[in-house]
Amino acid sequence: MTDDRQEQEQRAPEPEARGLRRSLDVHHGDHPAPAVEGAEPKAKVDREAVFQLEDLMVSYNAKPAVRNVSFDISVNEITALIGPSGCGKSTVIRCFNRMNDLIPAAKVEGKVLYHGQDLYASEVDAVEVRKRIGMVFQKPNPFPKSIYDNIAFGPRVLGMKGEMDEIVERALVHAALWDEVKDRMKTNAFGMSGGQQQRLCIARCLAVEPDVILMDEPCSALDPISTGKIEDLMMELKREYSIVIVTHNMQQAARVSDKTAFFTVELGEDEHRTGRVVEFDDTEKIFTNPSDPRTEAYVTGKVG
Amino acid sequence: MSAHGETAAAPAEAIGRPTSSRRAKDLGFRLGLLTCLGLAILLLGVLLWDVASDGVDRLSWDFITSFASINADQAGIEAALTGTLWLMGVCAAFIIPVGVATAIYLEEYADNTKWYNRLIEVNIQNLAAVPSIVYGILGLAFLVRGPLSLGPVILAGGLTLGLLVLPVVIIAGREAIRAVPPSIREGSMALGATQWQTIWRQVLPAAVPGIATGVILSLSRAIGETAPLIVVGAATFVAFNPTGLDSNFTAMPIQIFDWISRPSNDVNDYKPLAAAGILLLMIVLLFMNAIAIWLRNRFEQKW
Repeated sequence: MTDDRQEQEQRAPEPEARGLRRSLDVHHGDHPAPAVEGAEPKAKVDREAVFQLEDLMVSYNAKPAVRNVSFDISVNEITALIGPSGCGKSTVIRCFNRMNDLIPAAKVEGKVLYHGQDLYASEVDAVEVRKRIGMVFQKPNPFPKSIYDNIAFGPRVLGMKGEMDEIVERALVHAALWDEVKDRMKTNAFGMSGGQQQRLCIARCLAVEPDVILMDEPCSALDPISTGKIEDLMMELKREYSIVIVTHNMQQAARVSDKTAFFTVELGEDEHRTGRVVEFDDTEKIFTNPSDPRTEAYVTGKVG
Repeated sequence: MSAHGETAAAPAEAIGRPTSSRRAKDLGFRLGLLTCLGLAILLLGVLLWDVASDGVDRLSWDFITSFASINADQAGIEAALTGTLWLMGVCAAFIIPVGVATAIYLEEYADNTKWYNRLIEVNIQNLAAVPSIVYGILGLAFLVRGPLSLGPVILAGGLTLGLLVLPVVIIAGREAIRAVPPSIREGSMALGATQWQTIWRQVLPAAVPGIATGVILSLSRAIGETAPLIVVGAATFVAFNPTGLDSNFTAMPIQIFDWISRPSNDVNDYKPLAAAGILLLMIVLLFMNAIAIWLRNRFEQKW
């Protein structure tokens, strides 16, 4: 575990190495680190908010898909977005790194503040946003290249300085994949199992040294053992990164997350379904003592 | 739901063999397909045999290295061979960058709802079907004479052929780019790569096999085109190799056509020359295809 401490010191940002910071000002500063290693402080620490959503609404072809989304993502925590299918969880998580820009029919309204800065302001560069906010997708999507080239792709296109071999090794160690692949770095990434491919995608995301990691149902295509490995990985990663995860698996949300947002879907007048956030609170409260009856019905399994 | 117990007692009927009428139909269908295949191969085979029997004697190193001559014994195809190779070079150098760039623009950047993009799309489909002589006239009007006034030279001939086959490359390129899974693009963009970096480093390398196939098809068509080259001004009797893009030229199809159209008599028999020319044309074509297939296999990636 001491490696992680060293890693954290090494990661103190050097502006030149990070390239141009045209619009975004990020304070990696001093977070209150847990006093005892491994033990989470039980008292509510007033953590800095990495993201603040204010009345976010996303529409596809002028039809709202999700609306009235307002909550904060705190630093060094895992925030889970849960809810039934079609309620807009993936749509919302894709707003955090402006991936909805890639869909011409999508329109985002409301505010997404990242360390206080509006991500959707006109002077903000979406490419810069995605350098700091990484994403792991539902179906593992390694590039059709070797394992080494998969990890090296990000640092190469971003022009990161440093020994590429070291960067790749560090990312794979961080993703708990190094021991399994160190002897076959130049083989095709598709030769790995599903769980390994997903960890490769996580390593690929870590290689560009993001601030936040978004995970859109990362384990839904994996078996329980691989899922367990990735959940352990998430608990390790949250010491250094902030994680937002969309999951269909309630037990997973209960296991790993610190805060949970529960989404539901509502029928509008024209039979159009729109998602919204019902409740956002500490995970413990959502699962043991939810405020809203809809939340209770969902988490206790009364409603699918 | 009714109880299952009662129906379990009787043993299930054994599954029988296919009925004889079904077997007859299957067999008939397969025979029909084989007949069609056999017919096509037979026709091609007969054609090849006919050409080969006429021409293989005449196919020699002398033939390749001699220039055309009134004397059938001394005539060779060198000028036409080098002319064709030059033309293919210019054609490939034109269609590959322009075709691939157009395919990238149409697939990755163009907004399909804009009218001008839809116009481009529809026109490319149409252009692929325009008769080749029309391209010859286009080349004559704009490249040989008119605005560019290049004259009846290699550059004009190569560009004319290039324009003729460009739509094929564009269409094949678009299919190849479209076949790259969107998840690859998303993964790349999510890492902070720009759209161009994603296209250049992920999409294009994955699309190379499809693009190479398009280029093979295009050059295969271009190498045998006669009409546009005649209109553009390929000479018929040429006794020198092209020295550059601004040389007059001839091409193999034209030379073959010339030999075929001459009356043969006892002194000069041009038919074997034509047959040998055809064989050589096919050999050159096979060689070009082999290079392109080798390139395609090198970049082939397994999903």
